[in-house]
This record gives sequence, C-alpha cells and structure tokens, in this order.
Amino acid sequence: MIQSIRDFFRGFLLLELLQGLALTGSYLFRRKLTVRYPEEKAPLSPRFRGLHALRRYPNGEERCIGCKLCEAVCPAQAITIETAQREDGTRRTTRYDIDMTKCIYCGFCEESCPVDSIVETAIYEYHGETRGDLHYTKEMLLAVGDRYEESIARDRAKDSAYR
Amino acid sequence: MADIRNYTLNFGPQHPAAHGVLRLVLELDGEVVQRADPHIGMLHRATEKLVEHKTYLQALPYMDRLDYMSMMANEHAYCLAIEKLLGLQVPVRAQYIRVMFDEITRLLNHLLWLGAHAIDCGAMTVFLYAFRERETLLDCYEAVSGARLHAAYYRPGGVYRDLPDSMPQYEASKFRNRQKLSDLNENRQGTLLDFIADFTDKFPKYVDEYEQLLTNNRIWKQRTVGIGVVSPERALAMGLSGPMLRGSGIEWDLRRKQPYEVYDLLEFDIPVGVNGDCYDRYLCRINEMRQSNRIVRQCVEWLRTHPGPVITDNHKIAPPSRVQMKTSMEDLIHHFKLFTEGFHVPEGETYAAIEHPKGEFGIYLISDGANKPYRLKIRAPGYAHLSALDEVARGHMIADVVAIIGTLDIVFGEIDR
Repeated sequence: MIQSIRDFFRGFLLLELLQGLALTGSYLFRRKLTVRYPEEKAPLSPRFRGLHALRRYPNGEERCIGCKLCEAVCPAQAITIETAQREDGTRRTTRYDIDMTKCIYCGFCEESCPVDSIVETAIYEYHGETRGDLHYTKEMLLAVGDRYEESIARDRAKDSAYR
Repeated sequence: MADIRNYTLNFGPQHPAAHGVLRLVLELDGEVVQRADPHIGMLHRATEKLVEHKTYLQALPYMDRLDYMSMMANEHAYCLAIEKLLGLQVPVRAQYIRVMFDEITRLLNHLLWLGAHAIDCGAMTVFLYAFRERETLLDCYEAVSGARLHAAYYRPGGVYRDLPDSMPQYEASKFRNRQKLSDLNENRQGTLLDFIADFTDKFPKYVDEYEQLLTNNRIWKQRTVGIGVVSPERALAMGLSGPMLRGSGIEWDLRRKQPYEVYDLLEFDIPVGVNGDCYDRYLCRINEMRQSNRIVRQCVEWLRTHPGPVITDNHKIAPPSRVQMKTSMEDLIHHFKLFTEGFHVPEGETYAAIEHPKGEFGIYLISDGANKPYRLKIRAPGYAHLSALDEVARGHMIADVVAIIGTLDIVFGEIDR
C-alpha cells in the first residue's frame, strides 16, 4: 500500500528524470575535458605509430642497407624496394616506396628493421590531395627522417628498454 | 475489396541506427514488422581467405579489423589458437597482461555499445560521458601498443612489449595555466599501471552516473522493457552467446566454463538477466562493466608485484630482443627467419574460443604444417545474433527494431569479415 503511494508520487513528480537532469546540470559547471585541437594536443605515447620515416646515422649516411626484411614482413605489401651496389661497394636502396594508402600501420616494418632505419614516427597530421601524394618515395621518407630526427630519436630512446 | 499489400522498407545501409553497413529489408504491416531480412556483405574483405596467404604473424593485424570495437579480444582468440597447436606455454605475466587488456577491451566495447544504444533510443548525454571513459582506456591502448584502435599488441607466445613505466603528459598551452595543467596530468605521473588503477577507482562512480541517467528513466524503460524478448530455450537454439544469452537467464560464460589464461585465479561474478528483454541485457552489460573493472583491478595488483618476461623465450616462435639481435649471430638469424618465413605450425586443427565482449568469439584453425594457415574460420558472435534478428523483431513496431539492433551489439567488421 505504502509502496504503491510512493510509486504514484514518484511517477507523478518525474523524480528519475529530474535526477538525470541534475547530473547533466552539474556537469555544466565542471571543468571541461575537451582539448582545443590545433592549438593544444592530446598526449602522445612514444610508441605511437604514425607517418613513416627513414633515418640516417649521425654522420649523414643513410641507415637502410636494403635487406628487404620490412618488404617481406609487410602484411599489406605496401613497401617496394630495389637495391644496387654503390660506388663504394656498399649495398643501398635505389628505390624505397611506401604506399600510405595500402599501409595498415601495424609497425612490423619498424619491428623487423635490423638497423633501426624505417620507423613510424609520432606524426599523424599529414595529408595528400590525390592518391599519388600518399605514395612516399625514398627522398620523401628521408626528408621526414631528417626533419624529425630529434623527436624520433627521443621516442626510440624512451622505448628501447622494452624492445 | 482491394488487396492490402505489405509495405517493404529498406533500412540502411546509410541509416545511422544501422550500426555500420547493415541493410535491413523490413516488411511492414502498417508500423508492425512482419519480417526483417538482414542483407550482409557490404564490409566483406575476405579476411579468412586473405590470411591463407599470410604468415601467422602477418595475419595478426587483420584480426584487429574484425570486430573493430574490441580489437585485442580478437587477437587473443587468434593467438590462443596458434599457441594451442604449437603447444606453447605463455609466461604468466603475459597472461595477466592479456586478461587485463581483454577486460579493458570489454569496457571499451560496452561503453561504445551503451552510448550508441542510448543515442538510438533518444538519450543523448550518455554517449558523451561514455566517450570520456573510452578516451582514458584508449590512452592505455596507445601507451602499450602505439595505436588507439588497431593495436597489434598480442603475439603468439605472449605480448609484444612490457607495460611502460611512464605515461605521456599534456603539454602547456596558452589555454591552460600551470594549475590546470597539473590537474590534467595528475593521474599521468606514475606508471601505466598507476594510470589504470586510478581509472578503476573512478570508474564505478561513472557507471553509477550512467545508471542515474538511464536505469530508472521512464523513457528508457518504455523503449526497452519487454522489447525483443528471447526465451532461454530459443536463445540456446539460435546460438546466441555472451550478454545476449546471459540476458535470457542462462549463466554461460567461457571465462568460467572453460577458463583460459588466468581467469580461474580471478574473482568476478557473472551477471544474469531474468526476462531476456532489451532492458535485462542492458542491466547485464552494465554489471559486466563493474565486474570487468574488478578484474582489471586484480590484474593491476598482480602485475605491480610480479615482473618478468612477457613473451616466450622460444626464439623459433618469437623474435629475440633487439639487443640480443644486434649482438649475437644466432639471434640475428632467428630474427631474419621469423620476419621473412615466419614460424611453422605443426599439422593439425584446433578451435580456440574466448569470451569476447559480444559473446563467444572463436578461431578454427587448420594447419598443414606450413608457415601460413591452411584454413582459418572465424566464429563471430555477431553473425549468430544478427541471424536471430528476424525472430526477435517480428511483431514489434518499427521503432523497436532500432532498439533491438542496438541490443544485439552488432559490428559489421566481424559479421561480414
């Protein structure tokens, strides 16, 4: 009997709806969680897998020795490599292409690279306006590596203990 | 008298309530559904065939893309199947990490389900709050694997890397002074485990908030109570699993019935529904979130005190560490062999199933002794659930179909695969 009276008033007074409204209302006055994106960015893990880059040794020599391990392991077959012997007798790539439209960003290329040459950087803001723009050649990848070497090296150093 | 013909309605594939690319042909009598005919295949990517041409390692990232709402759980079933055929022992720490991330995945999945289901039924704000928690959990994903969704973190034989000892932090900007910045970074000062522990402390309160918004809400109840009732007998007969089955009152959970990894060492309850309607399944999933939170907490406590290897030291299966690879010839050979040819799995067939957030997710694997699967069959829970849609939706109003699709928790990545 008391229960049914209580239920009647509860239903009549829209109690549970008001409780819900009180919750959303309370959020109106709390600190906002949103990040204003282009000016400020959410934190990024040093393990982040973004745009690829080819790295160089500190003396300016490119690291890649053309072992084609990344080409072999790539699940999406996004990497194409051709190699030739250079004048000084070392083997280097003459072509190193990554098709970013095929790439699934699994990070296996970086995992497989025995000389830490191909890496996935923390860059996620890049674009292409045609399909061809996302076909990265060796020069483009080396340019990315040269430009961001500092942050690439910092992230690798942070994560090296776990790999 | 003129014939009255049923009205046929195309629902989706571009309808926002169709959860992806579901095309539903509804035969209506007025507003009452006479027949619901799901047409699938728009997201078919031939994963099963594709992995027949990939080594075992290469096929792993494709598992993320099956049920793209619970990535690591898919990888888990795949790794379990391979480990079963190889007879491989996984280090205990890796097992705990896997269980912890399976439960984080369950939270991710249920949070998205809750938000999307609520928004389908007209409750907007739950979605925003659910995504706030997803953000934290996706940061955990990113911290371990480097990707927020398609993790590729589990490996046959363990997991790729150990948990990091530090969390990335927000950087100063013109919008935040030092005080606000340090508030924001407060839970990021310690290790990843501290970050997760902090989340598990807060999370039950957040679930209370969702419940405050929905559980007693009369509109929510009108939309879900008594809608899409599945009797326990029919639920079994139709092959439903996970919350769809438990909502009907059958206590069936692979984590308990066929414990894999370390689930038999952990304490958790299995929530079970009574009526088998949308509302009971909602309550089931809400309680599952609380239980998952408990499991995550237990794993965190264990992982804090038990360091150790996270991947098998059998270098015929898992590559050696980078230091070893660069200093020892034999390890370099292992490294090259594993990343080109991969490992061979002995001849045989196996079925490994896990309690996926959506139900029983299984991988049936046949190996002919080569370095790639001879055949891989994916048992996706969503497929069985969608097959039940016709029976569940029949006789309901057209607006209820949306609630029923929501409660099925279907994701087309795994249905079309």
